[in-house]
Formats: sequence, C-alpha cells, structure tokens
Amino acid sequence: MIHGSGGKAMAQLIEGLFLKAFDNPYLRQQNDQAAFSLPPGRVVMATDSHVISPLFFPGGDIGSLSVHGTINDVAMAGARPTHLSAGFILEEGFPLRELKRIVESMAAAAKEAGVPIVTGDTKVVERGKGDGVFINTTGIGVVPEGVELGGDRVRVGDHIILSGPIGDHGVAIMSLRENLTFETAIESDSQPLHDLVADMVKVVPGLHCLRDPTRGGLATTLNEIAQQAGVGMQIQEANLPVRPQVAAACEFLGLDPLYVANEGKLVAFCPADCSEALLAAMRAHPRGGEACRIGEVVADPHRFVQMQTRFGGNRIVDWLNGEQLPRIC
Amino acid sequence: MHLSVLGLVQGVGFRPFVYGLAQRLGLDGWVANDGEGVQIELEGELPNLQRFQQLLHQELPPLALIDRCEVVERPLQPERGFRIVQSRATEANTSVAADAAVCPDCLNELFDPANRRYRYPFINCTNCGPRYTITRRLPYDRPYTSMAEFQLCGGCQQEYDNPSDRRFHAQPNACARCGPELTLVDSAGETVEGDPIESTLRALRRGDILAIKGIGGFHLVCDADNSAAVERLRKRKARDAKPFAVMVANRASLESLVELDEASARRLESSAAPIMLLPRRQRDSTRLLAEGLAPGLDSLGVMLPYSPLHQLIFFEAAGRPTDAGWRSEPQSLRLVMTSANPAGEPLVIDNAEALAQLAGFVDGLLLHNRAIDCRCDDSVVQAGTPPMVVRRGRGLAPQILPLIPEGPPLLALGGWFKNSICLAKQQRAYVSPHIGDLNNANTCRFLEQSVEHMRRLFAVTPEAVACDLHPDFFSTRLAQQLAEQWRVPLVAVQHHHAHIAAVMSEHRLSGPVLGLALDGIGLGEDGSAWGGELLLLEGAGYQRLGQLRSLPLPGGDRAAREPWRIAAALLHLLGRNQEIESRLPYPGSPVVAQMLRQGLNCPPTSSAGRWFDGVAALLGVCAYNQFEARAAMSLESLAAGRCDFQGAHLPALENGQLDLLPLVSALVDEADPVRGAQRFHGALVIALEQWVMEAVQATGLERVALGGGCFLNRLLRETLCQRLRQNGVKVYLGEQLPCNDAGLSLGQAWVARQRLAR
Ligand SMILES: [Fe+3]
Ligand SMILES: [Mg+2]
Ligand SMILES: [Zn+2]
Ligand SMILES: [Zn+2]
Repeated sequence: MIHGSGGKAMAQLIEGLFLKAFDNPYLRQQNDQAAFSLPPGRVVMATDSHVISPLFFPGGDIGSLSVHGTINDVAMAGARPTHLSAGFILEEGFPLRELKRIVESMAAAAKEAGVPIVTGDTKVVERGKGDGVFINTTGIGVVPEGVELGGDRVRVGDHIILSGPIGDHGVAIMSLRENLTFETAIESDSQPLHDLVADMVKVVPGLHCLRDPTRGGLATTLNEIAQQAGVGMQIQEANLPVRPQVAAACEFLGLDPLYVANEGKLVAFCPADCSEALLAAMRAHPRGGEACRIGEVVADPHRFVQMQTRFGGNRIVDWLNGEQLPRIC
Repeated sequence: MHLSVLGLVQGVGFRPFVYGLAQRLGLDGWVANDGEGVQIELEGELPNLQRFQQLLHQELPPLALIDRCEVVERPLQPERGFRIVQSRATEANTSVAADAAVCPDCLNELFDPANRRYRYPFINCTNCGPRYTITRRLPYDRPYTSMAEFQLCGGCQQEYDNPSDRRFHAQPNACARCGPELTLVDSAGETVEGDPIESTLRALRRGDILAIKGIGGFHLVCDADNSAAVERLRKRKARDAKPFAVMVANRASLESLVELDEASARRLESSAAPIMLLPRRQRDSTRLLAEGLAPGLDSLGVMLPYSPLHQLIFFEAAGRPTDAGWRSEPQSLRLVMTSANPAGEPLVIDNAEALAQLAGFVDGLLLHNRAIDCRCDDSVVQAGTPPMVVRRGRGLAPQILPLIPEGPPLLALGGWFKNSICLAKQQRAYVSPHIGDLNNANTCRFLEQSVEHMRRLFAVTPEAVACDLHPDFFSTRLAQQLAEQWRVPLVAVQHHHAHIAAVMSEHRLSGPVLGLALDGIGLGEDGSAWGGELLLLEGAGYQRLGQLRSLPLPGGDRAAREPWRIAAALLHLLGRNQEIESRLPYPGSPVVAQMLRQGLNCPPTSSAGRWFDGVAALLGVCAYNQFEARAAMSLESLAAGRCDFQGAHLPALENGQLDLLPLVSALVDEADPVRGAQRFHGALVIALEQWVMEAVQATGLERVALGGGCFLNRLLRETLCQRLRQNGVKVYLGEQLPCNDAGLSLGQAWVARQRLAR
C-alpha cells in the first residue's frame, strides 16, 4: 500500500519501480529533466491527463491508455512522436501491486511504440482526494518536411476516411464498469497510431487533416472540424463501420455509436484524388486494415454534419451541449 | 368620409365588394389596397354613408375578416364615380389569406362543356383559389405573386377589370389561353403525349404511383383500392405503418369509409378543405379499400378534391358526365394522397426538385408551371367535440390570432418536433404553417426561410426572440444566433409553460389559471424531462403545483421509440424486474432489466405520454413506435371510444404528485387488451380529475387550460373535459392551433410578451 507523502522509503520504492520499468539512458542520468536534441522539422507537443474508471479494462488499462492517448495527439499533427513524460498523482492507500501493473503496462506500451518516457514525477494525495491514480503524459514529436495538417485546411470536396470501426472503447469501458455482459466480449481499441500516420503522410503528404475521435466520439470530432473549416459534411450510415457486438450493445443501451469514445481510431480528410492511395496505404497497415471512406466535405454555410441513414433519410448529426438530453415529445 | 380597414382584407375579393357596395349606394370615391390594409374614400349622402358602414360588415365576402375599421378625418379630393386605385406598396401590416378550395361557381364552369374554362385545371375566382402559397410579398397583387409571369389574355383581362364580374381583381385569374398548364412526364422526365388528365387516370388505374403537383406542394398518389400499389408506395416512402390519407370525389363517396357527422362533412367541404380524421366504418362495409392504409387504427384520414386539378381526375373517372348528378353520388375512384417529402424532409414544391428527388420513387409526375412560392402541407383536423387541429397547413395558414399582452414585435421559434414559428406585432400573432421536425438539414433551412418569409410578408422587425429551454434544438440555436445578430433579448420559455400559454392566448385568458400539460417530453427548469405537469400560470410566470410520478427511461430517447422499454420500467417499479425477460422477449430485454436495476442510462421523466406507451406494450398492443405516438393511438383505438370506470383504483396523491403506478398494477395481468385499454383510460381520467379538483380546491381557481400532445387522444380529452365540467370547472383547449408542439411558438410569444412587459 502507498502511504502518505512523507515516507522517504516509499518515494524511493516508487522511483525504483519507474526506473526499472521505463529504463532508458535519459532516466538513468537521474536528473530533474531530460535533455535531448530533436531531428530537423517542426516540433509538436501535446499533453493529456488520464482519469478513467475502471483502471483496468479489456484491451488495456490506464497505463497503456495514457501512452497511446498522447502519442496519438502528437501523431494527429502528422508528427513522429519522439519523447514522452509521465506525471502520476496517487491516492494514499493505492495498492502497490496495481501500480506495478499499470507502470509495467505503460512501459510495454512505450516500448512497443518506440517512444521513451524520458522524465516523470509522482505525487501522493490524501485518501479521498484522488481516485486511485491519475496519469498525465506529455509528448513531443517532429513533423516531416512538407506535411502541414489542421482543421482549417479541410476543403469542400475532401473525402472523409475513418481508420476502423467506432465505439469499441466507450462500450468496453461502460460494459465493465456496469458489469454488463454481451454475447461477444468487447475490447477497447486503445492503440498507438503514429506508425499508421507515418505511412499515410508518406503516401499522401498533401493530407489536410487528421483527428482522433476520442471524447464525444466521431460526431463531436466531425462537428468541431466543420466549425473550424467553415464547411458541411455528408456521411453515409451504410459506410460507417461499427462492430456488430458494439452496434448491438449501443442499441440495447440507447447509445449512439457516433457519440461514443474511441482510443485507437483516426479520421482523415484528404483531397478526393488522393483518397484511393490513402486508403490503400492505410489498409496495408495492421492498424488501418478496416479503413474506409465514410463521406465527404460539402459546402454549407450552416456547417451541418449530415448522415444519410440506411432508410434513405438524411439526419443532422448534431453537436450536443453536454450530455444527450431526452427530447422526444 | 375616409375609412381605414385592417384585417384579412387583401386577396379575398374585398375591393370588388366595396366597389359593388359603393355603386349600389350611389357613393363616389375610391378604394385601394395598401400595406396597412384597405383605404376607402367615400362621398355621398350621410344615410348612405352610414348604410355603407353597416353593410360592409354584414355582407363581407366569405374569406374576409375585419379586425378594425376606423373613420379617419382627412380632407377629401372631389371624385366623380367610384374606382379601384392601383396598389401602393407601403409598409405591409395587412394579412394574406389562406388558400381556398375551388368554389361551387367555379366547379359549375369547370364541368360545363360550353364554358371557356371547361376542364381548365387552374380555374379560380375572388372566392377561391391559391393565396398564401403563391404570394411573394404584400400587398397581395398579381405582380407580387407567382402569377406575375402569366400575361392575362383579352378575355381574362376583361373579367379582371370588370367590377361586376366575379373575377374582378382575382389575382390568379387565368384560362387555358393565357394561364398555367399541365404536363405529365414519365419517371425519366419525358413528356407523355395526349391529355394529361386522361393519361394520369389511366396510370393510376393500372397501379402506378404518381407525383402530382398541387396547391402547397407535391403529393404521391396511387389507387387506394389497389393493395399492391399501396404496398409499393409504403415501401418507397419507408413509412412502416404510418397511416395514409384518402381522397374521394365527394361526401357521398365517404359514407362507406367513415362515420361522417354533419360538422365534419361541412368542414371537409369548407374552403379550408383539410384532411379529417374520422372513425372508420366496420371492415365489411369497406369494399376493396387496400389493407394497410391505416393498420391497427380505428380512424382514417380523408379529404375531398380541393383543387380543380383534383376535381378533374374524379370528373374523368366518372366519364366526364354532362349532368351534375355525379357530384352528389358515390364515385368508385379513391386515391391515396400522401405528401411527397422524402423521409421527414420538407414537402417538395419545385418541378426540378421533384424530378431530381422523386423520379426514383414514382412512375410519373403530373407537373404544372405555376410556381409554389410558399410550401404548405395539407391541414389535418381530428373530428370530435370540439374538433382538434392536428396539423395546420394549407387552408388554415397563415393563422392570424389576437394576442393579448401588449408589447414589442417579436419572433418565437417554437420547439423541435412539428415546428412552427410565430411573429407578434401589435395585438396580433401570425403563426406559420407546419414546418416540420428539425432533425434534418432541409427542414432547418426551411425554418430559416420561413423566418425571413414571414418577416417580409408581415413586415415585422422583432425586438425580442423567444425559444424553448432545450439547448440542443436547432430552433433554440437559431434563436440565440438571431438575438445576437439583432442585438435583442432572448427569452427561453419552458416547454409546458408554453403549451398552456398557447391555450390561454387563444382564449384570451389572463390572470391565474390552472394548466394541465399531458405531453411527451419537454425540458424542465431543473434539467430533467418533464411531461405530466400541473401548473399554475399567472402573469409572466408559473408555479409547478405537481407532476406525475417519474418513470425511468431505459435508453433515453430510444425508450420513446420502443414502448416495451417503458413496459419494462413499469414492471421494474412494480418490483417485478425478474419478469421483464420473459414477458418482454425483445432483443436487449435482459440488458434493459439490468439497466433498470442499476439506473444505467435511465433518465427519469414525468412524461404522461410514456405511461400510454408502457401500458400499450404491457397489454401487448405495440412494442415499437414505428411512427410517433403509435402506441398511444393503438391503445386508444383498442378502447373503441369507451372508458371503463369499474374498479378504477384510487391514485396515490402525495404532495401534489400523482402516482399512476397503482392503476398499472391493477392492469398488469389483464388478459383482455380491450378491457385493459378501457380500464386504463377510465382510471386515468378519474385520477386526473381528482388531481385537478384537488388543485381547484386548494387554489380556488376554476379555470383549467389543457395542453400537450396527449390531448390528441380523443377519448381522454372528451371524457376528462366532460367530467371536469360536471364539477363546475371551466375547461379550455386549443382550437385554432394544435395542442401538440405546433402550438409552442404562440405560447412562447405570449410568455415573452408578458416577461418583457415587466
Ligand atoms: Fe410538447
Ligand atoms: Mg487526447
Ligand atoms: Zn371560385
Ligand atoms: Zn386568359
């Protein structure tokens, strides 16, 4: 068990745990900071604090998630992530065994991604002032020459491409938290996407925008970009990949998969004439095997995101003020 | 003497009427339309001038309405004779009339082979024809209508200019030589040779589905007696079970279909010519009418041919008879007429749009070249005492109502479902026709266009904008945006407050009034979903005296589409959660049972509508709402007009909260759904009556306004009203505007006026 902030022995114990798990030359120097130089190109930096319940879930845990989340945020700029930092806030009394599991999972995720955690920090807060463990990660990366991505670069006529099925993460978390059982287990899609991105920008350097539809799901992401770029979007429900078990769970729970969080998917906007090449590159990569085109960007002063439904209707996929409030009168 | 007349006085044959009256009384002067209404200048003997003022009101043309008639002191220009002066375009403050069904005089000409307008599909006169749907702006004058592009021929011009002709200044006047014409095209857009009406009838008889351009938009039409055609239409429209309306030649042809009362018959034959929802006749007397027009419902929507074009199809089917007998005899042709709007989008009104959007749906299109400027769906009226307007469109819109609270001009943007908007100016409220559900981009755009169009038509510059409390309605967002853009205050009005305020506005009620809102869902002040509320309205505000016991909605809005989920919620509340799986074996029911146990995604609601859903599903009547309120409508149909008060359980009333669970508890094991439906209605009425009477006693108020979509349930409405009246309570219901969300905009305007006045 982790004890109050005073325990020097405990701090050393934790320090030792991190050092061993994340082991790399920067950490081994035991400085308060990491010093390194970066390859040429524009530098990208992103930070994300991870707060999740439950801490362990099918397909990952808070540790791997905190690595993937920040790597993906860096990668969405078209960058190759190079370094990560990690900050822990632990609640007094948090089981050491679980912390060890989280740290090891984090280390494995960083190693698999090839991005070292080069500096870190730990604080322990009083019992009741935290929720087990919170992890903040910051990432740095470098954008290759000739690549410039951004929501404002999206143009009318662009194709909208999704890297794979949506809704897995949110439904997996909810199922576990609420102790729901479905016929087929649903796993989180938490995964790093920077290798996939590297292949994408290599084939189509003129890509306009990448975004990972995390909180608020695909619907929120599309609306954000529509606002940013001053355009509308038209997507097709029939082309939208949702795993059958996720679709069924959403149906039962009354959730719309468009609004459910993802942790290992990206949506890309590219000029129409590049979309075939981009799709081919994505499908050739293990993390983009199910990539597909879901729609296109259209001119629309209202900036509506619309979806052609399976029944031929065309409904607005709205952005919501907070949670989904019932509205059927 | 100079008269200034305000009201519904343009485009309704008012000036010719004034001209005739002046001639009769030997008065000199002139009459002119202007933006303010109609100006009349008169010179003559005093008794004749007085007589004129009297007859002006007494002999008013059928479509006209005078709001105000003032004698204005101003120096007179000496005139000789009486004339009609050309329109002056000034600020428009006058009204535009609703479209009117073809009148008997025009019908006589239409079917008279000797008349020059024999079989002319666009015949009209000052008493009938299109109005709102062809008007671009006021004043109502030909150059400002879609008739502007048709140059009157000599004969038509003469009628138009001749004060004694019944087409004197009839703006849409036309004939086959100079006016609009019909074209029948196939689904590829190629013109079909031959007489368009003849070919149309032939196509319908062989089972084709046609798009026919009418007054306010296109219809999809097929032979109602051809099951295959109806089935095909249903598939193409992706309307699982939503009822279709039927058009027949005349009143006599309705006898075999529906129970027709005199008041409804007169309404069908009125110039508004709405779709009337009437009780169906027993199946055996319904000859070959296609199954599946209105599956599971005991009422049928019917209408009569309101445009000359429709009349000609029936005339053709009758074999172009030369005597008028066929017009009062039953005719065999019956047509399904459903508005041509792909999946909830606005009605198609434009030829090019129709070809682009409907070509895949239909086997042919009957087009004409008179543009529809304002889209207008058919109006729907439910028979009853009194009848209730379900949808306000062609013939009833735009609606001009008196608005009591004084205040600045304003715009109210309504709700999300069945949106309508309301403009308030001086003592009047202008309510738009039905706009639609704001879940698709085209309806949202139509809402925006309607705001612009109505503002132009009635020359209103809003100094405030009102909307619903719900933050995610397009109407609310548009209201926020417009208020910001115009730099005017935004007034958000609670949904059920607006429902009741709409009724108060219609009946010009002020002061404290009790309001019973039985509704689907509207957002409450506390952020939860309301819908069964007992309110006390006073001034700009209201107090919530009580509410229905709340129900969990497993799956949020999905529960409103799947009544079996509400049934599950009821079982759960009854402590019978473990029966959910076996009694409601629908996909997901184990998950729903668990959601209810854990309170997962189960927002609570005090909605009344959901109790109907739940009971319908418990009785096995309807598990899925393929269209809005299907469960409630099926439950009402099942009760067949009867409330069973036997063993009505006393509801639990606590702190003003009405708990309907004891009623459900008594029904949950009812094996006979008919008896279940009758007992539910009976017990519910008694419970509501007690609830209201307790509030009546506690507050000393004796006026109750009823609002919200549940009051479209005729059995509930009529029984509850009757019982409350027997208790000496004065009961008020919406009569001009629907009690559902279509009335919200008027209620919002009414509340906003009061709030701004403070
Ligand atoms: Fe409502
Ligand atoms: Mg992130
Ligand atoms: Zn007429
Ligand atoms: Zn003519």
